[in-house]
Amino acid sequence: MTATPAHTSRLTSGQAPKWLPLAILAVSLILGAAASALIGFSIATFALFSGLIFIIAGPLIVGAIEGRRKGADALARYMVYGTFLIALIPLISVLYTVLARGVPGLSGDFLMNSMKGVTGVHDNAAASGEGNVLGGIYHAIIGTLEITLLATLISVPIGLLTAIYLVEYGEGKWLAKAITFFVDVMTGIPSIVAGLFAASFFALVTGNPMNRMGLVAAVALSVLMIPTVVRNAEEMLRIVPNELREASYALGVRKWRTITKVVIPTAISGIASGVTLAIARVIGETAPILVTAGFVTSINWNAFSGWMATLPTYIYYQIMTPTSPTAAAVSETRAWAAALILILIVMVLNLIARAIAKIFAPKTGR
Amino acid sequence: MSKRIDVENLNVYYGDFLAVEDVNMAIEPRSVTAFIGPSGCGKSTFLRTLNRMHEVISGARVEGKVLLDGDDLYGKGVDPVVVRSQIGMVFQRPNPFPTMSIRENVLAGVKLNNRKISKTDADELVENSLRGANLWNEVKGRLDKPGSGLSGGQQQRLCIARSIAVKPDVILMDEPCSALDPISTLAVEDLINELKEEYTVVIVTHNMQQAARVSDKTAFFNIAGTGKPGKLIEYAPTQEIFNNPSEKSTEDYVSGRFG
Repeated sequence: MTATPAHTSRLTSGQAPKWLPLAILAVSLILGAAASALIGFSIATFALFSGLIFIIAGPLIVGAIEGRRKGADALARYMVYGTFLIALIPLISVLYTVLARGVPGLSGDFLMNSMKGVTGVHDNAAASGEGNVLGGIYHAIIGTLEITLLATLISVPIGLLTAIYLVEYGEGKWLAKAITFFVDVMTGIPSIVAGLFAASFFALVTGNPMNRMGLVAAVALSVLMIPTVVRNAEEMLRIVPNELREASYALGVRKWRTITKVVIPTAISGIASGVTLAIARVIGETAPILVTAGFVTSINWNAFSGWMATLPTYIYYQIMTPTSPTAAAVSETRAWAAALILILIVMVLNLIARAIAKIFAPKTGR
Repeated sequence: MSKRIDVENLNVYYGDFLAVEDVNMAIEPRSVTAFIGPSGCGKSTFLRTLNRMHEVISGARVEGKVLLDGDDLYGKGVDPVVVRSQIGMVFQRPNPFPTMSIRENVLAGVKLNNRKISKTDADELVENSLRGANLWNEVKGRLDKPGSGLSGGQQQRLCIARSIAVKPDVILMDEPCSALDPISTLAVEDLINELKEEYTVVIVTHNMQQAARVSDKTAFFNIAGTGKPGKLIEYAPTQEIFNNPSEKSTEDYVSGRFG
């Protein structure tokens, strides 16, 4: 066998084997476990020590083999991964907790019944195993959907038209500047203030200070939604290339037709996902609902009269004032299940928005 | 249909800034007129005043007259939308509507104005316009595919088809080939030669060979310096501009000794 002399390229420096980061990680985990055992083992200290050892040792070892620049690259990369994992912790933790605690409370009855007539007696019976858990969130789902839908119907036209004015007509005008300023201010309004605004507005208009109904809550949520919708739609309309507007004008098309038939269709997918984000932001609001729609345990389909419950207020009441103070666990189960449903509704809305975005997106392909 | 354009003492402003000064020019029907000149000399700006696209930019305005077969475009009560439907424009970068198919793009001028058109008339208009833009054979099998899926040269010809589908009298082209490869450029130049049978064509170009190839008359614009207004230096038959210009600066520019 004639061994060809190993040719070393002057263009490469030392190369660490592919498995090296994994090996360092394994060693870090072992050392982290040992270090954490010294002060009393816990998952938190184990993860903390392992992570620290890996972030310090990994780049040093890689740097020693491959050179300073690769070491710095490894440090930056591991930090990015690390921060990403840290950012994921709350999300996964929330999802896990809600699933683990919420799924046992789910059932067809839970979805299709209200809390009407459910008293502490029933809960006590359920807690001692003598009866089923009664009561559900039907009324709260109806309230959430109706109030959110109304809020969307109010805020999308206002928000979209405002954005159209800002982008297409307001260029450099003082009114546009004022609107932009006030929209920014509106973004920062605390939700309870929006709720109190809607409540007092309707109190003034109708002369009845206790006039609570779904519509008042929808107005309160609109106050929170409008700035989000305006800001987002404005961004989306601005990125529509000016060339498309000019192309349309050059065909002898009027400005308003250009806006409705060229500009908005081009931007609609972005606007749709922006609206969904705005909905997701307000659907979980609790405080403004309490002061505007009140709270009920029975079904109320009419958003224009009578108090209404929504999922967030339902969760709040189940936790803060359990139906049976001696068997609070039953109410807690219902609250978790309601939280799970709320998250699912937001997820479904997101999927719908993605579908809309996909349908309307500018077409590509040959 | 083809109409003549007469420009009389035209000054073009952006706010208080005088961009183009005192242009006088007569553009013959059924001819190709090329505007040449260094960047920033105001030829595109001037071109945009010929169909009132200039005023789309806020603060932009015009003094003087532009006569389309004797009717002043800037006369009192003239609707710029009517002007633009008679004087079409093709832009530097191909800009088909991304939400529309090839067919819808061609019909955009009709559909966006909500004019009713029967299916057979629409089919005929699409075919004639695409044939007129030398694009029919390339796209006839995929009219329902998005216009943005075409190559750059095809997109530009689609934009030309879109312009001629509204049956204008004049077509303005603002550097229509500057984003295209030589082969697509040739296709568009051939097309310009055919278009002048029916339309008055005005083209802005940075490519002097192109001006020499396609145009009957050429206008040379120049600018004295930054912040100064652009001026029409010389306007003459293309042969004369390139072979025997009467102005020294024209000769310097067309022979490459500029600046």
